Amino acid sequence: MKRAARYIIFYAGLLGVWTLLAELKIWPPYLFPTPWGVAQSLYAGFSDQTYWIAIRVSMQRVLIGYGISVALGMILGLGVASNKFLEETMGGLLVSLQSLPSICWWPLALLWFGLNQNAIIFVVIMGSLLSVTLAMEDGRKQMPKIFGQAGRNLGAKGFKLFWYVLLPASLPFIISGLKQGWAFAWRSLITAEMLYLSLGLGQVLMVGRDLNDMSAVIAVMFLIVALGYLVDGVVFKSMERHLQNKWGLASTM
Amino acid sequence: MSTHTVPRQFPFEPGFPAGEGATLGGLSMGQPDRARSLQGPKVGLSQICLSYRTQSSERLLALDHINLQVRAGEFVCIVGPSGCGKSTLLHLIAGLHEPTSGQIFVDGKPIHGPGTDRILIFQEHGLFPWLTVAENVEFGMKMKGIAKAERRERTSHYLRLVHLGKFEKSYIHQLSGGMRQRVAIARALASEPDVLLMDEPFASLDAQTRDLLHDELERIWSETGRTIIFVTHNVREAVRLGDRVVLLTFRPGRVKTEFPVQLPRPRSLEDPTVALAARAVLDELRDEITRSLDAEYADGVKPRIAPGVSA
Repeated sequence: MKRAARYIIFYAGLLGVWTLLAELKIWPPYLFPTPWGVAQSLYAGFSDQTYWIAIRVSMQRVLIGYGISVALGMILGLGVASNKFLEETMGGLLVSLQSLPSICWWPLALLWFGLNQNAIIFVVIMGSLLSVTLAMEDGRKQMPKIFGQAGRNLGAKGFKLFWYVLLPASLPFIISGLKQGWAFAWRSLITAEMLYLSLGLGQVLMVGRDLNDMSAVIAVMFLIVALGYLVDGVVFKSMERHLQNKWGLASTM
Repeated sequence: MSTHTVPRQFPFEPGFPAGEGATLGGLSMGQPDRARSLQGPKVGLSQICLSYRTQSSERLLALDHINLQVRAGEFVCIVGPSGCGKSTLLHLIAGLHEPTSGQIFVDGKPIHGPGTDRILIFQEHGLFPWLTVAENVEFGMKMKGIAKAERRERTSHYLRLVHLGKFEKSYIHQLSGGMRQRVAIARALASEPDVLLMDEPFASLDAQTRDLLHDELERIWSETGRTIIFVTHNVREAVRLGDRVVLLTFRPGRVKTEFPVQLPRPRSLEDPTVALAARAVLDELRDEITRSLDAEYADGVKPRIAPGVSA
């Protein structure tokens, strides 16, 4: 209750300052819209289906890209963690590649895949693959050795050992990496979508710019933040809670 | 029995004839007769050596020509000062590591890697926290591809055996230390291994829980007739549980002495005969502990150990 009250006060204050600044008309309304204008844009966007379509298209892309990232990243990370040669060589490369903004892959993606959805998905993968890989590598190293030994002792080997022991054993250690990967995937998606007529949220944002409609731009920014937060708050939070119930509070989350 | 070890008999007292007839073996209970049958050993270690490279890249000999034969159904305890490689020896028998030289036989056949005929119970139980108690116990059977119905049945059988029938759906972190070790025992038994390898399984438990688990382990052993190789640094525990106590030397680990224990079962840790027998083992062990302390306190600040310590 108290917490809810704090939230309400904070956001009411924020809205109040925003409304005040807008109403002072220091800048023209098309440059600095009122909250009410943004709300109207949101309503219009949803009622003529534009936002619904954009959300569906964007979510689909990010899920495909992120899904591939997670699958590939886990295999790569495990490989790097369990092979000394790979660890020494590829480990360093992966860390240094992480300083590359994923959108730098865009020109290559265009040439390789053409001007289509696959290019966007490629950028999404490149955006999140590294954090998933590094998280998996780290998780594999942090994971107590005894789980692997106990698994082998009980007759698990090869894929079964990976699937039934190493993967679940490292989950608490990689979940923050998976979250970070999701954030990178989502950002990379929006960036890539802004660069090309793509139907996604990124494009809707750029349409707002082209029409000089800043309330539409801010409305879409709201949507992007809200969706990113929703996945983090719903999907990852429930995953964390689930892990906590199983592992107990003593685990390293 | 290996050539360079000296078997002794209990009770072992000065002036007391240490022959076969002097023991209380005639009263021995819980020890199945088949264990004394004439067939070959269940587990055989032949000239096991293990050396590894330390960080300063010198080679360290951890185990030195270990020979040991364990009969089917026998309960063998291995004791030694910490650092003598007794846990390592167990890991070798489990197949989790390879010896540098020598061979390990089960039923006369050399082992290659881990096998579900030998299940190791770790000091820190090694249960899977992401699985329920029942799923943990089922795990080995699932890896073997045993059908679900049979898995269920065996799981509840073994959980009842360790008195945890009501905890099937609990997660590991919800259990006490003693309960966790019992789940680990049930999980190991559920794979129906011939040989149970136990690596100081009760070391981190409180005394009451340990007493209770000694009783349970003795009962389970006599009910299931498994061969057990049990590593501990606690001599009294070894004498309490074992048919035979094998004493390893400090670095490199060698078999120093083997003590057959023919006290009647069920035994108790407080039993004066157990204490007396432990005394004899401890007398020999003390030299090794002194040597291990000498190595540890090489700078000359060696503390003296009082008699009876770690018994």
